[in-house]
Amino acid sequence: MTPKAAIRAEGERLLAAFLQAGAVPVETDILQPAGTLLDLYGEDIRARAYVTDDPVRGEMMLRPDFTVPVVQAHMAHGAEPARYAYLGEVFRKQARGSGRASEYLQVGYEVFDRAAPEAADAEVFALFRDLLAGLNLRPVTGDIGILMAAVRGLQTTDRRKAALLRHIWRPVRFRALLDRFAGRAPVPPGRLRLLQRLKAGSPMALIEEAGTFIGLRTPEEIVARAEALVADAETPPIKATEAALLYDLLTLEAPAAAALTHLRGITPMLPAIAPAVDRFAARLEALAAKGVDVETLAFEASHGRTALEYYDGFVFSFLADGMPPVASGGRYDALTAVLGAGAFIPAVGGVIRPGLVARLKGVVA
Amino acid sequence: MIRIGVPSKGRLMQDTFDWFGVRGVAMRRSGADREYSGVVEGIDGVAPVLLSAGEIPRELAAGRIHLGVTGSDLVCEELGTGAVEVVELARLGFGQADLIIAVPNVWIDVETVDDLDAAAAAFRKVHGHRLRIATKYHRLVRDFLTAQGVADYQLVDSQGATEGTVKNGTAEAIADITSSGETLRANHLRILSDGLIHSSEAVLWASRVADWTESDRAVMMRLAQMLGVRSPV
Repeated sequence: MTPKAAIRAEGERLLAAFLQAGAVPVETDILQPAGTLLDLYGEDIRARAYVTDDPVRGEMMLRPDFTVPVVQAHMAHGAEPARYAYLGEVFRKQARGSGRASEYLQVGYEVFDRAAPEAADAEVFALFRDLLAGLNLRPVTGDIGILMAAVRGLQTTDRRKAALLRHIWRPVRFRALLDRFAGRAPVPPGRLRLLQRLKAGSPMALIEEAGTFIGLRTPEEIVARAEALVADAETPPIKATEAALLYDLLTLEAPAAAALTHLRGITPMLPAIAPAVDRFAARLEALAAKGVDVETLAFEASHGRTALEYYDGFVFSFLADGMPPVASGGRYDALTAVLGAGAFIPAVGGVIRPGLVARLKGVVA
Repeated sequence: MIRIGVPSKGRLMQDTFDWFGVRGVAMRRSGADREYSGVVEGIDGVAPVLLSAGEIPRELAAGRIHLGVTGSDLVCEELGTGAVEVVELARLGFGQADLIIAVPNVWIDVETVDDLDAAAAAFRKVHGHRLRIATKYHRLVRDFLTAQGVADYQLVDSQGATEGTVKNGTAEAIADITSSGETLRANHLRILSDGLIHSSEAVLWASRVADWTESDRAVMMRLAQMLGVRSPV
């Protein structure tokens, strides 16, 4: 068999296993409307996805990911609960010299189920573990939900919490905001100048002084943000103890069972995370029931916090040295709400790269 | 024969000719006034190729020219920063311009990139679409904003008169090249205090992928000596 045929055979084998587990097959278009993906991921996706132009359909992208079209298909036609499996190419531009493939097969499994989300998390993880057994992979798990709950529970303004939540998948910006809100970073000189100006006169007068008004953003929007900036400058920093807990949480890496003990320990000081920690505990029980050793399972609180992701709960990867993640997945409840135009269903799933599996098995070079 | 890509018109062409001229490599356009061909005197085995400055990065990366003069902004935009196909031989000291982000001067609440990010979030909620930034430097602007973690913006293409797009209602902000900032001010725009994306300058580049024959290498050694640069081969 040629390498591509061998990889496809590996993909077919995994797909058959997903169907055996109760999934129905789903097919999606390779050409996806760019608008949906751009609204979801922002311009960053242009650096990763192949964009092409159609005179009739407008900007289109070569499928960079299956999750979005599978969620859309479920929202449009699906009955609940549902389990889907798929196999097909995805396309990603790669950095110069990275040597990574820009076109490769993904085989995936997605669960849309309102009942017992933790059991569904464990079902997906255990299924992947079984299919990847013998490849000597390193599983890593995380839970974005705990981080989000901690931010929501901070004793600060809703505006600050919203700013942090908006950047939860952009660790650099998140950290910069947190440093500022916690009083750990000085107010930038530009912001100080701005505040002095805003305090010196009424925002509307300043706008008038600034000359000809241009642009779609209205004076009312400008005034509203100017007033919010002044109000924020008078907001006390996030308490040092609370901020310390959040920094601690961002860097928490431990075996899952020990991580749970640690999280239980800090919950009295950060009570808002209690429900998320309970869900974490329930998931560990469900994983243990599937035979996963939670005493050794790696847990990293910031796992899955990278750009172009949408996970908001459980996340996992199966890793091997010297290659991209062999498999990865997680829970993306909020994505179904965004794509479902008001409709919403809890969802969890993941993908395996048959090409990497074939390489690890020595089937292809 | 070493092929040197030279900007085919305007100030950039004249400054390039002058830079080579004072180093003993006389270049000039040949033939009729409107014909794009040139000659080199002072060294044998070198031929100028008159090209649009915007096409020189691509020609270098394809190895169709050995050397080329064009702005660092154009090379970074076309090939990405850290491109392996080209190597910088000399900064030429002219053609300086900054790629910057500018917003309407009446945005009294926006002074920094951080402000722009926050304004973009609020703007999207009110207007139902991402805040539009007009530019022709898509890659440089996107890489800059990605590195800064800015969200909720979109780039709209503008190949000219970019400063007018805000007034004309096709963008909320712009990212463009400016040298003095006068056009920006005339169009009621202001540069963000930390909105400098790239400081551009005319640069002499060498192609790493061009076919450098034995005789090309010998000529290059001599040329490098005359120009006071190190030989790329």
